[in-house]
Amino acid sequence: MMTTKHTVSVLVNNQPGVLQRVSGLFGRRGFNIESITVGESEELGLSRMVIVTTGDDNTLEQISKQLYKLIDVIKVIDLSSNPMVARELALIKVNAEPASRPEILGIVETFRAAVVDIGPNSIIVQVVGDSDKIDAMVELLRPYGIRELSRTGATAMIRGSVR
Amino acid sequence: MNVQTEPRRSKEELMEKLQQPDLITGSEILLRSLLLEGVECVFGYPGGAVLYIYDAMHGFSDFNHLLTRHEQGAIHAADGYARSTGKVGVCIATSGPGATNLVTGIATAYMDSVPLVVITGNVATSFIGTDAFQEADITGITMPITKHSYLVRDVEDLPRIIHEAFHIANTGRKGPVLIDIPKDVSANKTIFKPEKEVNIRGYNPTVQPNKLQVDKLLKAIEEAERPVIIAGGGVVYADAAEELMEFVNKTQIPITTTLLGLSGFPSGHELWMGMPGMHGTYTANTAIQNADLLISIGSRFDDRVTMNLNGFAPKVKKIAHIDVDPAEIGKNVRTDIPCVGDVKAVLAYANTKAKPAKSEAWIAEMQANRENFPLKYNDANGELKPQYVIEMISETTKGEAIVTTDVGQHQMWAAQFYKFKNPRSIVTSGGLGTMGFGFPSAIGAQMGNPDKLVISINGDGGMQMCAQELAICAINNIPVKVVIINNQVLGMVRQWQEIIYDNRYSHIDLAGSPDFVKLAEAYGVKGLRAKTKEEAQRVWQEALDTPGPVVVEFVVPKGENVFPMVKAGDTISDMLMGDSE
Repeated sequence: MMTTKHTVSVLVNNQPGVLQRVSGLFGRRGFNIESITVGESEELGLSRMVIVTTGDDNTLEQISKQLYKLIDVIKVIDLSSNPMVARELALIKVNAEPASRPEILGIVETFRAAVVDIGPNSIIVQVVGDSDKIDAMVELLRPYGIRELSRTGATAMIRGSVR
Repeated sequence: MNVQTEPRRSKEELMEKLQQPDLITGSEILLRSLLLEGVECVFGYPGGAVLYIYDAMHGFSDFNHLLTRHEQGAIHAADGYARSTGKVGVCIATSGPGATNLVTGIATAYMDSVPLVVITGNVATSFIGTDAFQEADITGITMPITKHSYLVRDVEDLPRIIHEAFHIANTGRKGPVLIDIPKDVSANKTIFKPEKEVNIRGYNPTVQPNKLQVDKLLKAIEEAERPVIIAGGGVVYADAAEELMEFVNKTQIPITTTLLGLSGFPSGHELWMGMPGMHGTYTANTAIQNADLLISIGSRFDDRVTMNLNGFAPKVKKIAHIDVDPAEIGKNVRTDIPCVGDVKAVLAYANTKAKPAKSEAWIAEMQANRENFPLKYNDANGELKPQYVIEMISETTKGEAIVTTDVGQHQMWAAQFYKFKNPRSIVTSGGLGTMGFGFPSAIGAQMGNPDKLVISINGDGGMQMCAQELAICAINNIPVKVVIINNQVLGMVRQWQEIIYDNRYSHIDLAGSPDFVKLAEAYGVKGLRAKTKEEAQRVWQEALDTPGPVVVEFVVPKGENVFPMVKAGDTISDMLMGDSE
C-alpha cells in the first residue's frame, strides 16, 4: 500500500499531560510524527493539535482509531483527505555581511517573507507558507550561511467551501 | 474465611450516611466514594504518601482491606477479583516504589482488558517535580499501560474523578485506570458532594452494533460451508456466554475458544474444538486453516492465536470481527465484515435472525478430527505426569472450580486439560504472560467468590515470584488450594531450548527452590506433596477436604513438553504433535 503524507487535526481536552498522551501513543505504536503543533482552539478548554505524519491507509486508520481511544481526544480529522490550507512559519538567522544584504533582501521580497531583525553580521528572516515554500527558502538562503533555523511545523484547516 | 464478606450494615443505611454533606478530608472522600461505587474489598499496602488514607481506614469496616506482602500481590489479587466477578478490582499503594511495584500488574490488566481502579499516593503537590523522597511520576510511567489516568490536583475534583474512573474502567473495552493522589490532596478538607452523573465528552463507547453489518454477517453465515468462530475474552467480559451458546446452536458453527475465552463456552459442547494457536488443538487449528468464513467474537487475532500471519487462514473468503474496540478491527488481519459493539448486544441482535450455515459436512469433518487427534500425553511408564494432575483436578472438581494459573507449561496444560464450564472460571495472564500472577490472583478470586472452590495452578518458577502472599491466606484463612506443578526447571523455556535452540539448556535449572511443603508450613498453611499417581489422588482429596488454604506440590518429570506446538514464525498448519501419538 502507498505511503503518503497526511495532516491530522486532533481536538483534545486542554489537560496536563495530553501532549504526552498523544505523542506517546505515536511513539509506542510506531507511527511517525513529522511535525506537531499545539495551541488553543475555538472552544475554551480544548486545544487543537495538528500532526503531520506518513503512512499507508491502514496506518492512518489505526492512528485515528487509537487516538480516539484516548479519553482526552474529542475529534480526529484527516485534513489532507479534504481541500485544506496548511501553513508553517520559520525564523531563519542568516549571515548577512553588508555586501550580501541586497541579494538576501531580494530573495526575501520574492518570497513575500519579512526581515524581523537586523544585526551587525546577520539578519532574521520570517517566512510563512506551506512547508515546500519554506524548504525552498531555506535552500536559497543556505549559501549565505544559516546560523539558526526554527520552524513551527504546519498548522492547517479545511477550506471554507467544504462543509 | 476470617474475612467478613457480608456488608456490615444495610445498603440504605450506608447510602444515607455516605451522602451526608460533611466537611471531610480527601481520604474520607475516597473511602466514601469507593463505597458508593459498591466496592467490597480492596488490596493494598501502606506507606508515607498514603498515610492519611490509611488513617481514614483506621477502625473502618464497611469494606475489607487485605494487606498483601508486596504491592504486586495486591494488584494481581485485585485483578483476580475483577476477572472472576466482573466487578472493578481496587488496589492501593504508596508513592514511588509502592507505585512502581504495581506496574507489572497494571500492564497485565491492560493487556487482558481487566477493569481495575488503581490508587496511588504521591508526594504533596508542592513537592512534585523536585525529586522528593519516594517521588515517581507514576501517571507518566503508566500512560502506555492504562486506559486512562488522573493526577488529582484539587480535593474538590476527587468525587468526580473517582466516579469517572470506575465508569471508564468497566465500560467499553475494559481496563485499568490509575488515580494518583498527592498527600496534601488526601489531607485537605472539603464538603463532600457525591458525584452521580458521568459526562465525559471524549468517551462514548459504541455498544449497539450497526445492524446492517450484522445482517451482512448473518448472510455470510448462511452461505458459508466451512465457518469457524474464534471466541475470546470479550465474550466473558461482556457476560455474553448465553448469547454465544444460542448463536452457536442456531448457526451450527464449530467454535474454538482462545485462552481468555476458554470459560465463555462450555468445553463439553459438540461443536467445541478446543483452544487455537501455538498450543491449540489439531482440530481447532486445522479448522481455521480450512475455513471459508472466520468469525472472531471478542478476540483480537493475537499473535499466539494466529502465529505467522502470512499463511493464517489461507482459504478464508470472509473474515468477520465482532469487537467493542473499533481499533482492533483490521489491526492485525484484513476484515470484511466489521461489527463494532458490545458482544452481548451484537449477539443478542444476531440471534433474532440467525439461520444455520451449510456446515453439516464440515461439522462431521471437525468431529472426526476431534476423535482422531485428541489432546494426548505419554502416560505409558506410570510416572506422575503434569497433564495427569490437571485431568485429576478437572475430574474431581467436575470443571466447576475457579482456576487461576501462572504462566508457562502448566498454564497451557491447564488450558488444554481442565474442562471449563462456567464463565469467569479461568483467571490467567494471557496477553502479558506475567509470572507470579497465578497465586495472588487466586486470593482475589476467592475474596470475590467466598462460596466457590478456587484453585491456583502454578509452576515451581512462578510460585516463587509471589509466594509471600501465603501469609495473607494463612492469617485470613482464605481457602485457596495452591497447586504447584514442580518439574524443577523453567519448563516452557526448557521446551523452547530443547526444540528450537538445539538442546542448549541455558539458566533454567531451579535447583535451590525451597521445600514447598515446609514453606507452606512456615506460613502456617497446610502443605502436601505427591510424587506418584497414587499419592496424587490421595493428597489432592485431602486438600479438597481441608477447609482452609492448602499448598499441594506435585513432583513431575523434567522433560515433559506441551504439544501440539507451533514454533514461532511457523503457521498454525505446522504443528509439532510430540511423541504422544
